[in-house]
Amino acid sequence: MSKLQSYIKTFTMWELWQGLSVTLRNMFKPAVTVHYPEEKAPQSPRFRGLHALRRYPNGEERCIACKLCEAVCPALAITIESDVGEDGTRRTTRYDIDLFKCIYCGFCEEACPVDAIVETRIHEYHMEEPGENIMTKDKLLAIGDKYDAMISADKGADAKYR
Amino acid sequence: MKALIPDFVLNAWLSVWGMLSPLMQYLVETTFWIMVVMISVILSVAFTTYFERKVIGSMQGRIGPNRVGPLGLGQPFADVIKLLVKEVIIPTKSNRFLFIIAPLLTLIPALATWAVIPLTDTFVIANIDAGLLYVLSLTSVGVYGVILAGWASNSKYALLGAMRSAAQIVAYEIAMGFALVGVLMAAGSLNLGVITEAQSGGFLDWFLLPLLPLFFVYFISGVAETNRAPFDVAEGESEIVAGFHVEYSGVAFVLFFLGEYANIILISALTSIFFLGGYNSFFEGWTFLGEGHFLREPALLWLIIKICFFIFVFFWLRATFPRYRYDQIMRLGWKVFIPVTIVWIIAEGVMSWMQVGPWA
Repeated sequence: MSKLQSYIKTFTMWELWQGLSVTLRNMFKPAVTVHYPEEKAPQSPRFRGLHALRRYPNGEERCIACKLCEAVCPALAITIESDVGEDGTRRTTRYDIDLFKCIYCGFCEEACPVDAIVETRIHEYHMEEPGENIMTKDKLLAIGDKYDAMISADKGADAKYR
Repeated sequence: MKALIPDFVLNAWLSVWGMLSPLMQYLVETTFWIMVVMISVILSVAFTTYFERKVIGSMQGRIGPNRVGPLGLGQPFADVIKLLVKEVIIPTKSNRFLFIIAPLLTLIPALATWAVIPLTDTFVIANIDAGLLYVLSLTSVGVYGVILAGWASNSKYALLGAMRSAAQIVAYEIAMGFALVGVLMAAGSLNLGVITEAQSGGFLDWFLLPLLPLFFVYFISGVAETNRAPFDVAEGESEIVAGFHVEYSGVAFVLFFLGEYANIILISALTSIFFLGGYNSFFEGWTFLGEGHFLREPALLWLIIKICFFIFVFFWLRATFPRYRYDQIMRLGWKVFIPVTIVWIIAEGVMSWMQVGPWA
């Protein structure tokens, strides 16, 4: 009996019709595509994109060259050299992040005691020349200055969970 | 027409036309129609690729091409231009002559078969009585292109693809031929026009219902013949790169591409003609519309709608089913389709001998 049943199923192509009906039903469902350059998917304030170095509101660099980020970085992407600054405080003379090594884990941001190094939401960037993958201190500070409002808002939104 | 063509051009053309001998007139006229049909087929091929990507896209919850031109309609032309400006690379140790002739061998039969296809009740390029035989023989020639391409490329993947495709096409051609024997018995003629005429009179007079098993066998064999998913082991992009055309690039690849899609359109057209009454109207049986109502008249449009539906089914199958394993393809071809067609042909023969059923 079950053999007869399976023969009937085979010759009426029952299971094939079932499969075809799935695809046909899906054809009339709306596409889930996000038209990327025109539309963008929503982003979390915790998004880990391009790095930035922040300043205090009075313009002083936050980074105190403690090198905790350098130590915690699992990809060894951060290189820091430090010296005594003009005002007698400990400052970085060099703060490089190699974006090709970076895995965007966000450990540097977590390790930082003064919230100096942060990862911003910026993810649409590119390099045109060899060497542009090294983010120097100047570049990182420039990003921090330019997107200060966005970074502060994101950190504020996330502050109560940290 | 008067407004489009100035009088003196028309007069000059008519006087030149009058000077030609009847044979020349026939040649010019036939060539003109051949060009018309060929160019429309090639244009349809371009939009078939677009149609395929849109259909499969929407079945997978995507959109498909939408960047080039309005709704992405320029995409096929962008693809063609991209492929045409690419370099044709001929492998060093290949057989140059066969390597170049192989893509032509797949494309030319696919286009030449259109000669016997009745597009309307009055128009067919070559109204020959052995039309069905012509179709069968030309679709068989297509496999040589695949085999030669695989062999001439001097590449193991190409050769593997060609071997798979050759065995597969040979296996399914038998089932296909047997399915057409059923059509031939029902229509009583090899002429494609007569076969279509035999199906006039409405939906129930089409061969679709009386020959339902043969219809499925024919269409599925057609999918296998054109090496389309789920029978695309000849290309098998996840197993043997691209199969028989792995070494082809640029214009040579375009020819294979054209051949494949021209074959899809051709199989769709043949299925419509053999089983769905070709150019006959869907509404021919609606006698309440009255005699000579335009919905009941045979027209090219009906054929085009049927062809489009079958092209859609090709893509529907591709979006739905995973690729058959090779031995499963062979089992389906030899142990399912051929027995089914033989049984149905015998049943049909007995029924028409005993004067029962639609063949009486």
